[in-house]
Amino acid sequence: MGGLPRWHILSGIMATRQAQVLGRWALAPAVTVLAAWSFVPLALTIYFAFLRYNLQDPDNTGWAGFSNFYYFFKDPYFVKDLINTVLLVAGTIVTTVVGGTLLALLLDQPFWGRGIVRLLMISPFFVLPTVSALVWKNLIMHPVFGLFAGIQRFFGSHEPLDWFGRLPLFSVGIVVSWQWLPYAALILLTALQSLDEEQKDASAMDGAGPLSYFRYIVLPHLARPITVVILIETIFLLNTFAEIKVGGIGGIAGNLTYLVFSQLNDATDVGMAAAGGLVAVVLANVVSAFLVRLVGKNLEA
Amino acid sequence: MARRQSPRRTLLITIVAWTIGLLMFFPIFWTAVAAFKSESDAYSLPQTVLSTPWTFENFGIVQDRSDYFRYVFNTTVIVVLSTLLGLMFAIPAAWSMAFAPTAQSRSSLSGRQWLAIIFSGLVICFLGLYFTDWKPSNALVGFALLLIFVVPGSLWAWSQNTSGTLLWMLSTKMMPPAGALIPIYLIFNRNGLVFKDWGWINLSDYNLIDSFWGMVPLMTLLNLPIIIWMLFTYFKEIPVGILEAARMDGASLWNELFRVLTPMALPGIASTCLLNIILAWNEAFWSLNLTNKYAAPLSFFISEYSSPEGQFWAKLSAASIMAIAPILVIGWFSQKQLVRGLTFGAVK
Repeated sequence: MGGLPRWHILSGIMATRQAQVLGRWALAPAVTVLAAWSFVPLALTIYFAFLRYNLQDPDNTGWAGFSNFYYFFKDPYFVKDLINTVLLVAGTIVTTVVGGTLLALLLDQPFWGRGIVRLLMISPFFVLPTVSALVWKNLIMHPVFGLFAGIQRFFGSHEPLDWFGRLPLFSVGIVVSWQWLPYAALILLTALQSLDEEQKDASAMDGAGPLSYFRYIVLPHLARPITVVILIETIFLLNTFAEIKVGGIGGIAGNLTYLVFSQLNDATDVGMAAAGGLVAVVLANVVSAFLVRLVGKNLEA
Repeated sequence: MARRQSPRRTLLITIVAWTIGLLMFFPIFWTAVAAFKSESDAYSLPQTVLSTPWTFENFGIVQDRSDYFRYVFNTTVIVVLSTLLGLMFAIPAAWSMAFAPTAQSRSSLSGRQWLAIIFSGLVICFLGLYFTDWKPSNALVGFALLLIFVVPGSLWAWSQNTSGTLLWMLSTKMMPPAGALIPIYLIFNRNGLVFKDWGWINLSDYNLIDSFWGMVPLMTLLNLPIIIWMLFTYFKEIPVGILEAARMDGASLWNELFRVLTPMALPGIASTCLLNIILAWNEAFWSLNLTNKYAAPLSFFISEYSSPEGQFWAKLSAASIMAIAPILVIGWFSQKQLVRGLTFGAVK
């Protein structure tokens, strides 16, 4: 038996070392393209933010110092759109997390046709953002032909509400919540289903009512998934764009992303748009720092 | 043992759950109904659910007017090619991190020191440009940045240990598109940063805006972190013991990879494809900003209906249903993958 085991061990190590070398080269392409993708645009945005650079005015060049930032912050739209961004993100997150928790609790119960209800419930998440904006605006919230207007008339109102005209931010909030509620519900449902059955039985045996069961067993179990949902939704919702552009409310209730777009598209001011983009980057980074730390903890566990 | 429920309770929950489920689905159902109405019925008051006669004319009109199939073709090209391209980068990377992980950083410098190097390089360049008041061409700045940012940046990223690399990849997904829009727009534009007349070579015939050459790599990069993460979580679940057993039996690395690992990894790869297809299909920010004709996908096709002339709701509904139907079906089959892919493995 002398040499054979040793030979096996040795070949094992060799293969591992070979795998290590191959592993480095296998990782290299992905790392390189992602590095290019994450560093180059950011660096260029920083560079442009300090330049006088307007596409319509090619003669006006040179360093702008901090004036792009100054004028971006002084823009009356900036404060308004910043508030809109925060309201939209916060409102949608509260709606989807509360609604998603309730929905998940409901779908966790046994009932007839659970699979079909799950399919119905998850569907809005797969609808193109442009489609949901137009469908809600024209078929449901339209002041004359919309469904809501019809309901209002049914209850005797003569002047139904013009949702997108009068309450633009609220309406977009409804549309976005409709899209993201399934996401929150699905993730929280998945988390709920990993809850130990025995814990349920034990708490029932100890005489815990449904409320204290929810408060002391379910909620602590959902704490982490809820955090994940909040963070990921924040990242996506900060970038809400299609609903606002296609809904046609960018001018009255735009958000930061829309403001950057309009600086580039309407004002053709690259410098200002870059300054605005940097503000958005800082805002998103604050959130992502939390998320990365959270996921990182999970990676080690 | 699952708890027993009284039939009455089950009935009650069934009614409530079905009501909520139908309410959530209702806007899609309402759109589908409107798609089969004639245009005058779509405008009649009060709105009726079941108008007669039903008609299929809207679908034909949408195709005739705005060439639906071209947009479907564009979307399919972008989605399929970007998924394939993404897998070409992601499979080796995920394999490497799952099966040949590095516990320790490969570099003697810490991540913070690397970042300090990169940013001090940036500051020095800025100060140099500022004080010499030298305004280089934008293309030159672009390539200089490529050197001073991407080279140390990739060195830094590459020198991380595996969990560091994973988290860094995740963080690239956090970059808001508003922060990248301006440079990407200028790089893609034929009169912008790179593709313009350089004097000795004229690149202005090449244009990445509104072309597959721009949209496919862009879409790949957008979703690459999610693909890598998802594949990584799948690969992680493959027991290493099987690979070691194959190795003990004398399988070469090549056989180990393609005879043993690949068959086990296929379900995970398929799920990853599904998720990527959904994400790429529904992408709207870059599609709306960077396309308008030749490479415009379905999200752009629908946005065209936001400023219509004349009566159009039945057509809008028909177009909407045609745009979401394929992905809705794919989505129904991939709920589990969605949870895994969009929580970065934090919820399973």
